[in-house]
Amino acid sequence: MMQAVAIPPFERFYEEQRGDVLRLLRKRLGADRAEDAFQETFLRALRAYGRLDHGEHLRAWVLTIAHNVALDTLRRARPTEEFVEVPSTDHGPAYSELADLTDGLGHKERAAVVLRYGYDLSYDQIAAALGSSPEAARQATSTGVRRIRRRIAS
Amino acid sequence: MTVSPDLDRRFRDAAVTLDLVDVGFDVVESPIGPLFVAASGQGLATISFETDPDAQLDRLARVAGPRVLRSARSIDVARRELDEYFAGERRAFDLSLDLRGLPAFTLSVLDELARVPYGETTTYGTLAARIGHPRAARAVGTVMNRNRIPIVLPCHRVVGSSGDLTGYAGGLDVKRTLLELEGAR
Repeated sequence: MMQAVAIPPFERFYEEQRGDVLRLLRKRLGADRAEDAFQETFLRALRAYGRLDHGEHLRAWVLTIAHNVALDTLRRARPTEEFVEVPSTDHGPAYSELADLTDGLGHKERAAVVLRYGYDLSYDQIAAALGSSPEAARQATSTGVRRIRRRIAS
Repeated sequence: MTVSPDLDRRFRDAAVTLDLVDVGFDVVESPIGPLFVAASGQGLATISFETDPDAQLDRLARVAGPRVLRSARSIDVARRELDEYFAGERRAFDLSLDLRGLPAFTLSVLDELARVPYGETTTYGTLAARIGHPRAARAVGTVMNRNRIPIVLPCHRVVGSSGDLTGYAGGLDVKRTLLELEGAR
């Protein structure tokens, strides 16, 4: 039988991941803006942490949250510019395995599909990563899957 | 990459201010050495002479929830009252306690323990009799031994029937120091 990986106390999770989260955010946003984004990332994670089903893939999960917080920050700063999505290299293998399939999806849909099918995360966890409701996360996932199906079919 | 102490503290403060923490903890300096102190939304959950958080985090998470975070702010009230107690300016604590997960017998013993006045001592047998189990002195001793919130729940005021100090999680010296601070006997 598969045993679910226990959810570590948040303190341990935070201490393990904070360095990598800050590194990702600095790369995306520069040192100044990275600080607010760092806080926002871990506050989003903390909001969802009590509803996690298991402790697997927490690193991919929090880096996805950070990635989305960075996108939100950049969008707020440059509201009129089209933001060009840069694929993250900080994610684990599931991201790259699904890269071909998820190419061409919007960043929310892509993150939702990868977290759902690449990492088997719940909609609560995906919602935290996207900064949206679980319902919106479910929607983004199914829209993403529909788009992929349509593209494969055509 | 190292997170600066300032950024780290700002996140921890924000987490507590936004009420996103199940249980917060920090280490408090005191005349009897450093104390590990943890508090949840329900109240003070732990005081321990064992200050390595690793020894405590899993238990706290099991009892109060997984959002366990070090944060000075979350134990502000307890820290202030402990400081006053150690300065001899406080005789009774005015703190709500988080005693979730403890069995009924333990709760009844702790309830009786909380009534032992500042500066006085009692015995394991007397406490046992007060909760209606006069032969349970040994079981009362076990509850004292496992007391999660020493000092505030004053197990240092409980001594053997012959008057010896018997034992204490923080060591007999600490027990003696606390009784002297309170001017016992």
